[in-house]
Amino acid sequence: MAVPKRKMSRSNTRHRRSQWKTSAPALIRCPQCRDPKLPHTACPTCGTYNRRQVIDPA
Amino acid sequence: MPKPAKGPRLGSGPAHEKLMLANLATSLFEHGRIKTTEAKARRLRPLAEKLITKAKRGDLAARRQVMTVVRDKSVVHTLFTEIGPRFADRPGGYTRITKIGPRHGDNAPMAVIELVAEAMGATTARGPAPSAAPASAPAAEPAKDEETAADDAVEAKDEAAADADSGDEAKAADDADTAEAAEASTDGDDDKAEDKK
Repeated sequence: MAVPKRKMSRSNTRHRRSQWKTSAPALIRCPQCRDPKLPHTACPTCGTYNRRQVIDPA
Repeated sequence: MPKPAKGPRLGSGPAHEKLMLANLATSLFEHGRIKTTEAKARRLRPLAEKLITKAKRGDLAARRQVMTVVRDKSVVHTLFTEIGPRFADRPGGYTRITKIGPRHGDNAPMAVIELVAEAMGATTARGPAPSAAPASAPAAEPAKDEETAADDAVEAKDEAAADADSGDEAKAADDADTAEAAEASTDGDDDKAEDKK
């Protein structure tokens, strides 16, 4: 079974993990209530999509 | 070689998937709209639309074919008596999937799949805004025409009458002329009154 020959250095580990990044979601304004929402998704604030009521807002 | 069904596999086996899709279709026809994961909604849509097409056909053979999927007789009855005739003039596209964002707990993307309730040709989504704009635009344009005609009449009555030879514009110009004439007469009276004073 193939096994690592050497211990991974702290530097290499931290260099690798420095590339774990998050990105902010692209948000748009709801045309109904002007709150930010995910695109192509019903607004979680007012529950509308394309001005049509889809869900009851929480 | 059989072509695999479009979309993701569901459940832990083909039988499980078939049962889940049948139950989802039954719930959709029973309630009109159901909230489920987006993957299940995307798999349910073609099945449900094929069942509705069979319901539109409405004969006994179609009913027996639907009964192999939807096991509930009362749901099949509502499908054939209410849902099928409602979509009589709609050539497919009976369901609508709207994404509603991730679910709390496992972050699964959720969606609402519903039977389309609006009549054919009805502009549902963007209806109010664009319909309001054209409605206001034609209302504004004749006013502008009358104003321009009135301006023309003010500037040169004869030219305005000559330009507006045909149809409504001529009538508008005539109306403007008469109005202008009336105003002129009143103005003249005022002028005379002022002259007398």
